[in-house]
Formats: sequence, C-alpha cells, structure tokens
Amino acid sequence: MPTMEFEGKTYEVDEEGYLMDWSLWNEGIAAEMAKQDNLELSDAHWEVIRFLRDYFEKYQIAPMIKILTKELAKKYGKEKGNTKYLYELYPAGPAKQACRYAGLPKPTGCV
Amino acid sequence: MADFKVPELTGEIITPKVTLGATSGIKPFPANAELMGKVGFPAEKSADWKVKFLAKMGDILKKYKSVRVFLDICVRCGACTDKCHYYLSTGDPRNMPVYRQELMRSVYRKYFTTSGKLFGGLAAARELSDELLEEWITYFYQCSECRRCSVFCPYGIDTAEITMAAREILDSIGIGSKYNLAIINKAETIGNNLGMPGPALRNTLDFVEEEIQEKTGVDVKLPLDVEGADILLVTPSADFFAEPHIFSLEGYAKVFHQAGVSWTLSSHASEGGNFGMFIGNYNHMKTINKRIWDAARDLKVKRVIAGECGHAWRVLYSFSNTLNGPFDFLDPNYNVPQHICDYTLDLVKKGAIKLDKTANDDFSVTFHDSCNVARASRIGNEPGGQFTIPRELINAACNKFVDMAEETIGERTFCCGGGGGVLTDELIEVRVKGAMPRMQALKRVKDSNGVNFFALICAICKAQFTKIFPYYGIEMEEVGGIHQLVGNAIVLGAKEGV
Repeated sequence: MPTMEFEGKTYEVDEEGYLMDWSLWNEGIAAEMAKQDNLELSDAHWEVIRFLRDYFEKYQIAPMIKILTKELAKKYGKEKGNTKYLYELYPAGPAKQACRYAGLPKPTGCV
Repeated sequence: MADFKVPELTGEIITPKVTLGATSGIKPFPANAELMGKVGFPAEKSADWKVKFLAKMGDILKKYKSVRVFLDICVRCGACTDKCHYYLSTGDPRNMPVYRQELMRSVYRKYFTTSGKLFGGLAAARELSDELLEEWITYFYQCSECRRCSVFCPYGIDTAEITMAAREILDSIGIGSKYNLAIINKAETIGNNLGMPGPALRNTLDFVEEEIQEKTGVDVKLPLDVEGADILLVTPSADFFAEPHIFSLEGYAKVFHQAGVSWTLSSHASEGGNFGMFIGNYNHMKTINKRIWDAARDLKVKRVIAGECGHAWRVLYSFSNTLNGPFDFLDPNYNVPQHICDYTLDLVKKGAIKLDKTANDDFSVTFHDSCNVARASRIGNEPGGQFTIPRELINAACNKFVDMAEETIGERTFCCGGGGGVLTDELIEVRVKGAMPRMQALKRVKDSNGVNFFALICAICKAQFTKIFPYYGIEMEEVGGIHQLVGNAIVLGAKEGV
C-alpha cells in the first residue's frame, strides 16, 4: 500500500494518492499534497476544499460539480460559479485534485 | 496532456501493422485483500492457485456450455482479427479477438482435451504459469465485452462471454480489479455504484428540482421512494452526479411531469447498472438485479422504466427473468421492462407530450449506438427497435440529424472504448486509443455536417467520451444524452385540447 509522510506521521493512500481514511485528514495534509504538485493553496482553493469537506461530512459523498459551483457562486460571487473557474484553480480537475486535497475518496461508477 | 500518442483524426479506420506487446504494460489496479473479502473472493493468490484455477474453469465449462462450445469451434479463419477497436488502435495482436480467446483456449486444450494433454505445445496447449496469468490480467481487461467481433464470426463465438469467464476465474483465485469490485461492493451495500446514500440522493434531487424551476419556471418534481406510484424509474447513478448525465435526468423528469403520470425513483435500487455482469459473476449479478425487483414490488408500482444505461438495459431486458423470476406483478399491458426512449417516443406519437425541435437548432446531432443496447437487447416490440426508436426520438426532438458511416453503427457499432468494466483511469491509454474507430467516424460527420452534439443512451459511453474528447481536440460539452435533447425541446405547461 502506498503511503504519504507528513509531520512525522505516515498516512495510507491509494495508487492515485487519495487518502484511504478521510477522517485522518487535516489542513496540513492538503497543503502538503498541493506542494507535491507545485501548487500553493490560496483562499480560493480553500473555499473549495472546505465546501467539499463539509458536504462530505454531511452526506458521505462528494457533491456533484454543479452543486459545488452553485454554492461557490452563492457564497463568494457569481464569477466563481462555473466549471472553468474550478479548472483554473485545479488544472487536473475538481474531482481528481480538489477532492484528493480534501481527503475525499475518488468517486466511483460510470462517471 | 497524454504521455502516449493519441491517434490522429483523419476520418479513416486503417488496420494497423502488428506490434506484439504494444499494450502489455497496461493493467487494472488490483483489488486489495479487504475489498476482495468484502465481495466474497479469496483475499489473495495462494500457493495452490493452479488447483483453484482449474477447478473454477472446470465448473464454468460444465455450467456454461456456450463457453465450452466457443472454445471448441474456432477454426482460426481470422474474420475477427480486424474487428476489435482495441486491436485497430493499438496493433497489439493479443487484442485480436481470436488471440484473446486463445489465452483461455490454450489452457483448455492443455487441461481439458485429450490432444492437449498428450501433445502439449504441439497441440497449441499452454501450461498455467505466472507469465500466462499476467497475460490474462492484462488482456482480459483490455476487452470491453462489446461483442462487435461476434457479429463477424461465422460461428458466432462471443468473446465477451470468454472474457467474463476469465475474469470470474481470476477473481476466484484472488485476483480482482479494484474498480469493478469497489463498485459492486457499493451497489450491494449502499444501493448504487457511486456509493451515494439516501440523504445525499434526496439532496441531489432537490437540487435538480431547483435547477429546473430556475430554468423553466415550472415545478417539476423528482419523487423518491413513493409507494403506490405507477412507474419506477431505474437509472444509472451517474445520472445523479455527473455531467452530461444529469441533463438526461432533468429530461426524464420533465417527460413524466408533462405526461402527468405518478412516478418514483428508489433509494434501495438507485442504480440501473450491474457490474456483476462485467466480471461474469452470476451471484453478484443476481444480488444487484434483485434490488430492482424488490424495489418494484415493495413500492407496488405497475411499471418499471429503465433510464439511459446500456448494460443495465441488457441485464434487465435479457437476464432479469432468469436471475430473479419474471416481473409478473407488473402491468402486462406495457412492455416489461420498458426503455425510457420507447416510453417517451410513444408519448410523442400519441400527442401526449409536445417537442419543439427549434429548441435544439444550435445542434447538429449524430447518434452512437451503445454496444449493450445494439448487440444484446431490443427496444420496443419490433426487431431492430433498438436502432430505430432512439433515432426516431432524436428526429422528433431536433431538426438536424445525421448518421455516421453505416459500417460503424447499428449492430456493427464501435465501442466507446470504456465499456465492460474498463472505465478507470489506470487504463486511460487503451481507453483513449480504443475510441479511435468511433472518433474517425465522428470526424467524418463533423466535417460533412458540422455535427456538434454526440447523442448517447449509456452512462459509461457518456463518461468515457466526456473524458476522451479533449484528447482528440473536441469539447467535452458535445457529449449528451437523448433525453437532454428531449428536455431542451419539451413544451411544459398547460396542454392544448386536453
């Protein structure tokens, strides 16, 4: 099983770097994953990550992208409520990158 | 964006030169011991794996005579060699259907035929070995079980059935695909492939209702677990999560709303798809199918309608009766089960709903026949209905429709490249390449007719094309469901003369 080291602790991750146990997540892990991708997390990145965490804790699944974009628009302004904006923040895609930083498992199925 | 060569779009499908081992390094991620255990398979490969392997294979040969016949009757005529999208796009001869079958046939000869037992390699028989196992894991997961090759085989040998048997044997010795088994586990424990629990599903449906309200001003409901509704809609869970899938969900809801019928979704059977079929496992297929059967009975519905999902439709249409018994408690005056395209087209023909084609005037549309609908089932009551009904419905919903080249549609349709349990990112190279024949056919109608809407009735096809279109320089937004077009065109509100 692949692992990731952070602050002296070892965390299990899957083949694509998703945290195996979402409950072990902390903000430092997100920052560390981003650092490994040469990305520095801005407030805008954190707005996405926090919403994903909150939604996951409530529903045990990531929200569909449209729920995410609509929520961002409502909370932080219309210009943030679209997929293009998300891809600017997370070039590898919101599911692949933002969910991973947020410690969420990768969505499965025909998606 | 890719670390491999994406085929060039020329509009031509050319049979490649043979390159042995071109895709030998591409394998699915293995399921770990915990996941294997959860779905009832051995945790890992044991020292006596060969014994287990042959026992399982013997079982299959006894139980499924078709597999034995397919292994016996191939005359190596070669008609199938250039029919597989994976061979056409990778040049790896192990992706020729006859070679893929040979992976199992050589073992069959060695252990189950007299000539193989006596003459071994001279009789093209192969002993079980770790090397052979690696070839199995690789190439039986580079088959999308699309069955195009079987259309061209003079004996009708169905490679998909061999692939399914092979995956079942691999699972039985502790070697499984993480993607497929994680999905099966979620479908059986949570109710759908996504792993979306009931409250999340309700939240998503509320969101879709809100979206439709904002866009149309009409209160269209998406009911969940309503006992006594007339219709149960069973649809892939991707329809609750992904784009463009969700737009077809809006389309179905608008159709039911405007038809004025009572309908419901089920949180127990919140998935049409059945990955039990992809791994050739009868028990999982039966368990997953039973959820639909139980939901229909518990909710006391009169009809079951299937949403846009290819293999869900195959299982419901072709296997459900023998898996869990007939739906004999449903209203026999309607098709049991019924495909959503059949249902909607019937309403259009009766004048019960009205479609305004001009709403789709920005689109020039083509239709991709999904393999499990095209080659493994029928829609409606007439032979070939699975080809005519979707096209009639598209033509009722838009003004500009054109078919792709004849040898790439209908029963000869090319797979999307992601079906049959290979829709997972570690297989992206074979997925992108495997789509090549379809992409070439699309390129031709893009050039000739400016096609910019690629209509589908399968969740896997939708996810696959959305993902791989950008590799070919095409916008992912060009992918959509038929009910997305219907949803755009449907006239909501008071009915004239009713």
